[in-house]
Amino acid sequence: MAIPISYSFRNLLARRTTSLMTALGIGLTVAVLLAVSALAQGLRTSLEASGHPLNLLVTRKGSNAELYSSFTNEAFQALKFKPGIAKDSKGDPAASLELITVIVMESPENPSGINISVRGIEPRGLEIRDGARVSEGRMFTPGRREVVVGKGVAGRYPLARIGSRIPFGRGEWEVVGVLDGGRGMANSEIFCDLRQLASDQNRDNGLSSVLLRAADESSAQALINDLPNDRRLNIDVVREKDYHAQQTQSATPIRAVGTFVALIMAIGSCFAAMNTMYAAVARRSAEIGTLRVLGFPRRSILLSFFLESIFLSILGGIIGCLLVLPLNNVNTAIGSFVTFSEISFDFHVSPKIMLYGVLFAMFMGAVGGLLPAASAARKQILTALRQV
Amino acid sequence: MSDIVIQTRGLSKEYVRDEFKVVALADASIAIAKGEFVALMGPSGSGKSTLLHLIAAMDRPSSGEIAVLGQNLNTLSDSEIARWRNAHIGFVFQSFNLLPVLTALENVELPLKLTKLGKSERMAHARKALELVGLGDRMNHTPRQLSGGQEQRVALARAIVTDPDQILADEPTGNLDAASARDVLSLLGRLNREFGKTIVMVTHDPHSAKAASKIRYLDKGALLPEGQNPEDWEIR
Repeated sequence: MAIPISYSFRNLLARRTTSLMTALGIGLTVAVLLAVSALAQGLRTSLEASGHPLNLLVTRKGSNAELYSSFTNEAFQALKFKPGIAKDSKGDPAASLELITVIVMESPENPSGINISVRGIEPRGLEIRDGARVSEGRMFTPGRREVVVGKGVAGRYPLARIGSRIPFGRGEWEVVGVLDGGRGMANSEIFCDLRQLASDQNRDNGLSSVLLRAADESSAQALINDLPNDRRLNIDVVREKDYHAQQTQSATPIRAVGTFVALIMAIGSCFAAMNTMYAAVARRSAEIGTLRVLGFPRRSILLSFFLESIFLSILGGIIGCLLVLPLNNVNTAIGSFVTFSEISFDFHVSPKIMLYGVLFAMFMGAVGGLLPAASAARKQILTALRQV
Repeated sequence: MSDIVIQTRGLSKEYVRDEFKVVALADASIAIAKGEFVALMGPSGSGKSTLLHLIAAMDRPSSGEIAVLGQNLNTLSDSEIARWRNAHIGFVFQSFNLLPVLTALENVELPLKLTKLGKSERMAHARKALELVGLGDRMNHTPRQLSGGQEQRVALARAIVTDPDQILADEPTGNLDAASARDVLSLLGRLNREFGKTIVMVTHDPHSAKAASKIRYLDKGALLPEGQNPEDWEIR
């Protein structure tokens, strides 16, 4: 009972310029939405990729972030021999005492400087962060003012290139290597020797947190449940993954603004599609009359024009995907309200996001095409045939 | 009386335009037998096209009865009329009304989309219809690539492809040159004689009307009695 799909499709081709302009309008809207989604997706991917499922982050009770936490050596010694903690490659407890602080680094985009996290770790700290490896240069030497920088930081700050010296604390720190943390948070931080950093910052006994690896899932759950009850330790325990997941909210303001802009643009795109389709209905009035005379019922006319609008919007959706595709894997960063420093990550234009983009475009096409299609279907045969 | 295929009684059509009532057709009663070729003639505004549109169920009468092939058209719903028209009526327009984005073959295949025929059968029927009108070598041409006469022949092929009982033509030669008009009239005559199609053709051209076996005249919305014609509409 249907009018051939090729009729709808070829009519779009027959008026190439109008179709392309409308599709471009829809495409720009889709591109804005996809860019925002790719940013949120990239951040989420980065945060989800951070942390082993069995890694637990231990901080002082009541401190919601590592930055506010204070951890003593004594507490660490009491903690690391608790049952359920895995062993590292040397047979020692897989627990890393760490100190985190924030420095300001300048970049060409931000001459006034951006907060970057500097993390002092013990050598086993890198072992517990599997997936993170020194991809360029070498690991820092304990006892020296040397740092390895996450690849996101290395890519964005001229001062964070190998051989450069970063001034903070009591002197300058030589960049000796670049750390590849996959898609994880390690890319956003600078790593150095725990003792050297603690000495520089006068925090020899005021360290930040402990990252430890549980032996297995049941041990992890037991540690999470039991350690906070130890009054001597006075600590909170969360999974490292859950801690990072809190930071996905950092993208909320950008996402909200981006979505709002995309929605405003979507309303405009719906009207553009509607205008194009109303013009098509007016121009092809005689064809509508002819189709009715040949025996096609009103619903076939409605479906045909509705499909044409959907095709137009799919074309717009594809244009939107193509416009945003170059953003894929482009490195960017946003500020975290948890760490008060920058989180570096890549835009992630996934197939799923592109599918949503095309579906969003189809929604615009459907909203914009429904009324013109209905008006085409409502036309009386003779009225339609007489309109030129 | 059993061979009467089109029967109207007291058929009227009134429009309201700019608050004025316009009588397009008044009290028209006509009976057309199976296999007849009837030309409806009259000046502009005489109601001939209105009568044709009512016979094709493209419009509803204001009053009166109309039965085509025994079917009272007043009792059918919009969708029933659409199905009925597809099965029983082949319509030819003055301006051909081909869909410009489809090829000749696709245009002719179009009415068959509403039947239960499969793709290969539809294409076979469409090819046969195009060959019948002498356009076997123009099947993949779009309307823009055809002359007016060829376009009207494609339209004729589209009108006959469903093998309808009757062909209704509204000024089929109105937009054609003399040679093309002769071809189209010759085809209509052949469809009437060889295939027994009942044809009702609206024309204001006396030469075209000569192709018909019977001429009925309309004037100012009234269907004149059989055999009667106004002086200024004599066939010369």
